Amino acid sequence: MMFDYSTTLNPATLPNPILTASGCAGSGKELSQFFALQELGAVVTKSIMLKPRSGRATPRMAETPSGMLNSIGLQGPGVDIFLENDIPWLQSQGARVIVSIAGETVDDYAALARRVRGIPNLVGIEVNISCPNVENRGMVFSCHPDTARAAIENVRRNVGSDIPIIAKLSPDVTDITLIAREVVHAGADGVALINTVLGMVIDVHSMRPKLAQKTGGLSGPAIRPIAVRAVYQVHSALPRIPIVGMGGVASGKDALELVLAGASAISIGTATFGNPTAAISVKEELKVLLDERGFEKFQDAVGYAHRPEVE
Amino acid sequence: MSAINPRAVQVQAELLSNKKVGSYHHMIFAVPEMAQNSRPGNFVAISVGGESSAMVLRRAFAIYRSSDKGSAGGVIELVVAPHGQGSKWLTSRQIHEKVDMVGPLGTSFGIPTEPVRALLVGGGYGSAPLFGLAETLKSRGCRVDMVLGASSAGKIYAPLDGKRSVSSLTITTDDGSAGIHGRVSEALPALIEENESEIIYSCGPMAMLEAIQGIASKYDLMHQASVEESMACGIGVCMTCVVPLRGSDGVIRMSRTCIDGPVMDGSDVVWNSKGVIPEGTWGA
Repeated sequence: MMFDYSTTLNPATLPNPILTASGCAGSGKELSQFFALQELGAVVTKSIMLKPRSGRATPRMAETPSGMLNSIGLQGPGVDIFLENDIPWLQSQGARVIVSIAGETVDDYAALARRVRGIPNLVGIEVNISCPNVENRGMVFSCHPDTARAAIENVRRNVGSDIPIIAKLSPDVTDITLIAREVVHAGADGVALINTVLGMVIDVHSMRPKLAQKTGGLSGPAIRPIAVRAVYQVHSALPRIPIVGMGGVASGKDALELVLAGASAISIGTATFGNPTAAISVKEELKVLLDERGFEKFQDAVGYAHRPEVE
Repeated sequence: MSAINPRAVQVQAELLSNKKVGSYHHMIFAVPEMAQNSRPGNFVAISVGGESSAMVLRRAFAIYRSSDKGSAGGVIELVVAPHGQGSKWLTSRQIHEKVDMVGPLGTSFGIPTEPVRALLVGGGYGSAPLFGLAETLKSRGCRVDMVLGASSAGKIYAPLDGKRSVSSLTITTDDGSAGIHGRVSEALPALIEENESEIIYSCGPMAMLEAIQGIASKYDLMHQASVEESMACGIGVCMTCVVPLRGSDGVIRMSRTCIDGPVMDGSDVVWNSKGVIPEGTWGA
């Protein structure tokens, strides 16, 4: 019998659960030299903002044990150029597209939602309310239930029910299930877990923070156990809500952990920096691992780690 | 297909030779397709540390030379300084081991259509891509003068066979242990005047490149600089390796040194911008 690799992000159905992570696939063109983008379940675009944005000063990056710290600061062309150039190109490649949006204010999210909702065949909108590289840490919308809810409500109000909304959350909170419940009540169809973890590296030669912005987002295998924990907790609290799991996935085994914890799709981020074809190897390896464990359908494995002790 | 790195491939590259030369390792890899497509100034990105490595990012190395001939069907040569954990891992590989290599990546040095008098300036192991460039320029009938600077004599990379392509080679060291005592930029004005240089090609630390651009502007010379910013991916997806670059439309953009570089027109780069976004940058 053929293994059924399809997954659902309610209501969207994808032929496989492997996605890029927002901000880790450029415009798509950079990776298309190494594999066909339609091989992915979907491409999650960089988080697009209303206006062009230069991002942060350099140094923007520091490698850390099994990870890296970045403070890009959402560099991007702004939604106008993005809609004119990036989207038509991605769709010309046969890529399924999830657009990620990020605002500076709660109102920005409404404006962005109105701009992107007309994209034909849109698989979903990822609402990035958790970027750690904003001017003011108080602006990380997903760190507060009120702002998290307001941002998602603004998107929901402006997007019809046929386009799934996925709220991307930060692990830098006391209780992530509280924020997850809040965004689901506000109209999110799913959640993406986790964004980077706020961190810092100090250069012992200059004896100052290594990044120009001082703090940055930690990503890579170093944060994977945090991702597994967050996905497990949220799946436990909200078992019907699809979760896009991410955080240091570099192999099929890593992806399987998140699937068993409750992720219906897996995003590949930092691993792509180390290996342009990482997403494709993860896709192939995960399929083999599921097959070896006797799963006939990918979706049967989602949340399997939550099954009762006595089977 | 995309227009970004259209010649790049990812391969398991077999190490054919690994020799210690002074402070550096000269390494030769069998990479037929990559060798055929690489141009002076291009670089490769290599994953380091093996499968269970805690080093998650690739390391970028300028291609020292490439050859599409020979029994291996095409090789790429690198000059690697075992500075950090990643380069130490790489330089300790044994012959016939394979490494995961992506390349050729990035922009290459522009080669003039007419023979010109070129001055090539390298700092430390920044001299690596200049020897392949010298060969190409010489084959086009250019006069090639080269000046290499480093902190001390042991840090100069100037192999015998590399010198064949240059008409003159000047060495400078910060401590005076070889050649002219002083910085490479201090030696430039005299060399430009003496050799009647028409174009400067450079590779090395950012501060050196900035100083060279100052001199190039003074003499009204074109300056192609291979810049150095720390990279995470090397293929244009991570946005970490940016420098402010003035476009042909006059607008400054934070541009990726991995795909809009490493070779950039020195007069377009907004130098000395570590820690700042220059005023007027697009999207600032």
